[in-house]
Amino acid sequence: MQEVRTTWRKKRKIENPLIRYGILVLVLAYLYLAGTGVEVNADRVSRGLSRVGLLFSGFFQPDFQSRGKYIVEGILESVAMTLASSAFAMILAVPIALGASRNIVPKWVYLICRVFLMLIRSLHVVILGIIFVIMFGYGPLAGVLTLMVNGVGFIGKLLAEDIENIQEEQLEAIRATGASWLKTVVYAVWPQVSTRFIGLSIYRADISFRQSTVIGIVGAGGIGAVLDTAMGRYDYHTAGAILLVIIIMVLVTEYGSSAIRRRIV
Amino acid sequence: MVEIKDLVKRYPSGQEALKSVSLTLEENTVMALIGPSGAGKSTLIRCINRLVEPTSGTILINGTNVCELGKKELRLRRRKIGMIFQEYALVDRLTVMENVLSGQLGYVGFWTSTLRRFPQDVVAQAYTLLERVGLSDFVDNRADQLSGGQRQRVGIARALIQNPDLLLVDEPTASLDPKTSRQVMRLIVELVQERNLQCIINIHDVVLAKQFAQRIVGLQDGKIVFEGKSAELDVSVLNTIYGEEDWNIKKKKKEDEDDEADIFSMGE
Repeated sequence: MQEVRTTWRKKRKIENPLIRYGILVLVLAYLYLAGTGVEVNADRVSRGLSRVGLLFSGFFQPDFQSRGKYIVEGILESVAMTLASSAFAMILAVPIALGASRNIVPKWVYLICRVFLMLIRSLHVVILGIIFVIMFGYGPLAGVLTLMVNGVGFIGKLLAEDIENIQEEQLEAIRATGASWLKTVVYAVWPQVSTRFIGLSIYRADISFRQSTVIGIVGAGGIGAVLDTAMGRYDYHTAGAILLVIIIMVLVTEYGSSAIRRRIV
Repeated sequence: MVEIKDLVKRYPSGQEALKSVSLTLEENTVMALIGPSGAGKSTLIRCINRLVEPTSGTILINGTNVCELGKKELRLRRRKIGMIFQEYALVDRLTVMENVLSGQLGYVGFWTSTLRRFPQDVVAQAYTLLERVGLSDFVDNRADQLSGGQRQRVGIARALIQNPDLLLVDEPTASLDPKTSRQVMRLIVELVQERNLQCIINIHDVVLAKQFAQRIVGLQDGKIVFEGKSAELDVSVLNTIYGEEDWNIKKKKKEDEDDEADIFSMGE
């Protein structure tokens, strides 16, 4: 009779103990070196802390009055930029997402669209903002283009991933009826991704609003530009007021967008 | 008439799913394709409407070689070939009516179908078919609200609204219970006779194949190992198709089913 084993250990991911502990030692060494690499200048920190105090005192006594008109204008401009850029991004992202889905297009189309998406996604929104400000000058036009391109990258990539995950059988069934490519997209692809697309777009609008507060700092319009001006003048009371408005707006849009998305999915 | 000659399918992985298969299909007959999993049954019927591209060989449908058709001609050919799938393959988020009408996509224009403005005679056909398969009350239900049997009936209606001359059926009963399976098979067979179609059914269930098909083809490892009338299917044939097994397990069947318990006593 065969002997029954009585011990069992979970198989380790890395069998060789030398490599296993070697990696651990390397990680610890890295953490130590990384820690010593950061120079902490005590003097600079203490000066900075007092400025934090100033900023916070601004927060607690926000001044909505003296530059109120600019704050309202900035917020409205940010909202307008968000809406316009989201609408354009939604329209442009769909064909690119279709092209970037391996299951419905030939390889060369797929590669072109994927590379395009990778390129625009590799540029951070602030860098995009700087580029568009250089191309089209200061103001909301550069902002809209920035958010639009960034949005196309976002919606395009995620939508393409969803399209690649649709049920192959449904696609096959519609193809088998003799439907053309475009009809197949309308009848087999779109119904499977439409709610996700709307969810993504709303989420994207939410992100765009938050980003519109940042890209103003590089000159692309919106509330960020007003904030930058206030900060530049050491007018922390106005800056505090703007930050409060931004925080509240972000909370509202975030809550609103997640509520809508929950409802439709 | 469908004539398949020396059909070979080699997948990019090097796996040879079909090794020189030749087969002739007649009108007004239901032909069942049986065989173990991985024998190439699905590949074979998907080659006929080129959802799978054959590696070599010819498939003649009414004299035209399907393998040589261009994109546009292939679409025109496909719309005359109805297909019914294992997991129904309905578009879940569309309604029953939309799913049925999608069978007409090869005929109507892009905007007509996208805006759901199908011609009156097509809509009338859809209603008639839904009535025929017993789903008149579910026209506006979403496909994913239906039970398995109901979904398969929608699948059948979608295939038939194409006004096909050939019906490809891939494991229609694999996800259905025994009673629903028989109802679905009976419906398919009736419709084939009503409309004088040619029909290939790919099926795992030997009992169903024997009961509903007139001809049976056994596929094993990409080759045809049996071809004959369903009455000729017996233990020795099953042994050649599937390998040795004790087939003669007599089970006590429930009274409410009129099907015979022993598959080999049928039709004899």
